[in-house]
Amino acid sequence: MTGNILVFIERREGDVKRPALEALSVARRLAEAGGARLDAVALGSGAAETAGKLGALGADRVLACEAGFLDLYAPEAYAATVAAAAKSADAAVVLAAATSMGRDLAPRVAAKLGAGMLSEVVELEPGANGGLVAKRPVYSGKAVARVSIAGTPAVATLRPNVFPMGEEQPGRAAEVVEIEPGIPEDRVRARVVRLEKAAEQELDVAEASIVVSGGRGLKGPENFALIRELASALGGAVGASRAVVDAGWIAHAHQVGQTGKVVSPDLYVACGISGAIQHLAGMSSSKVIVAINKDPEAPIFKVASYGIVGDLFDVVPKLTEEVRKLKA
Amino acid sequence: MKILVGIKHVPDTETKIKVAPDGVSLDPAGVKWIPSPYDEYAVEAALQIREARGDGEVVLVCAGPEEATATLRQGLAMGADRAVLIRDPRFDRADGLTRARALAAVAKAEPFDLVLLGKQGVGTDESQTAPMLAELLDLPHVTAVSKLELGDGAFTAHREIEGATEVIEGSLPAVLSIDKGINEPRYASLKGIMQAKKKPVDVKAPVDVGIEDAAFEGDAKVAWSAMELPPPRTGGRLLEGDVDTQVQELVRALREEEKVI
Repeated sequence: MTGNILVFIERREGDVKRPALEALSVARRLAEAGGARLDAVALGSGAAETAGKLGALGADRVLACEAGFLDLYAPEAYAATVAAAAKSADAAVVLAAATSMGRDLAPRVAAKLGAGMLSEVVELEPGANGGLVAKRPVYSGKAVARVSIAGTPAVATLRPNVFPMGEEQPGRAAEVVEIEPGIPEDRVRARVVRLEKAAEQELDVAEASIVVSGGRGLKGPENFALIRELASALGGAVGASRAVVDAGWIAHAHQVGQTGKVVSPDLYVACGISGAIQHLAGMSSSKVIVAINKDPEAPIFKVASYGIVGDLFDVVPKLTEEVRKLKA
Repeated sequence: MKILVGIKHVPDTETKIKVAPDGVSLDPAGVKWIPSPYDEYAVEAALQIREARGDGEVVLVCAGPEEATATLRQGLAMGADRAVLIRDPRFDRADGLTRARALAAVAKAEPFDLVLLGKQGVGTDESQTAPMLAELLDLPHVTAVSKLELGDGAFTAHREIEGATEVIEGSLPAVLSIDKGINEPRYASLKGIMQAKKKPVDVKAPVDVGIEDAAFEGDAKVAWSAMELPPPRTGGRLLEGDVDTQVQELVRALREEEKVI
């Protein structure tokens, strides 16, 4: 190993996001393989307080920038701070989770470092000369590419929900190192000024371990209630096919597939979705797939682990009831 | 207001992907090429800004193969004014910085007030170009913009993140990547298609924008060594019996065998 490893720790309202901990666990493995130091960089008020958790999961040091103007995301300031941290930590590899923030931040950090970048990897190993070798889905999951960066620095984002979190080692501590923002507040030209949340807090399909999706078989937007009830019983998120998003039945944030989100939950339940190639690309890597559809010829059954050929208006409420009984 | 819109030339989302005999390239047989779907939202956003302000220019730029001329004409048919093609088929799998450097050179050659791109090029799906381009141009950026309002030298953008919406305020010029949902891209009219044939497409070589051959070869930061199709899913079972039996068996299997609920 020709340098250390740095992981960006995404926080929202102070809390560390789980995908960041997944990235930290992968980084721990890389650091051990190469005898490197593992640093985590956390930004905003209370950043240093993450050291307990991050230390237990394998971070050797937490580079904490407590500047209050970093409490909400500001791309230029975050990128400047993370890139400066990478340089000061002599980082050969910089990792972030491929969340909305990580996807926005990491390319700018890579450009600042003049680094190669691998986006949304699902497998990651050390490569030549301190670089990285990875597998990443391409064509929205219709194929998988093996890609590499030979040499350093190398930047990668890791797809959430793919890499397991490591075991916490209670008592293992990270050293806290206070760092300064990479640029002063008055040089920030774009920043998040507020977060708006839906009145009813909804799980995001990209983050959920269970997704229940509805398609044209629902016949109308009002029937998404059936999907919501099943999702709620299962503790999952509500997804949708492109057809119903384009028809305006539900917001684009719910769309699964090639022009929506690519998901790989533990359980994906497709209700009244025929399975266009663009949809299949977005969910075929789910661990278990359940398909409920009237048409026995629907392509969705080709990828389903379990299929029920039947009327979703009959099947879905019964399934919801059965799940509720189980959880009662 | 002068707006530059980045376009990526990508396989149609309906394409069934096949790997070429070299084990890494896309088999081009039967592939239809289109502008990345997100780029159409970016073109539409640019056209709406030009129309709302009553003046300005919308310029398209693509780093791609000769065939991307046809892809650019689709954007010209929607109403963009002219286009620049940095012609080289190797851009598709060049590293993100090489693509961003090519676009940056075009953006620097004439000042733009706004640079818009789709939030990702479907295909390589890297979502790297917009933030990298912004860094190279020393401009602010926002990715995956789902709502945009322009003021005097300033903008307010919304972007959907996991379970919430970020409201971002920033100054112009800026680089913004556009998500689906921001607008409904117009279809090109017959008149638009006819006019597009006469609109200028300025073709440049990579070296014209400072990209040497080495950027695609020895100096490339990212190498593709293989591409494979995911293994087909097997072992699926259709449940049998009446609906109650099927549902009970499904819940039992998800609980006891799959352990996912």
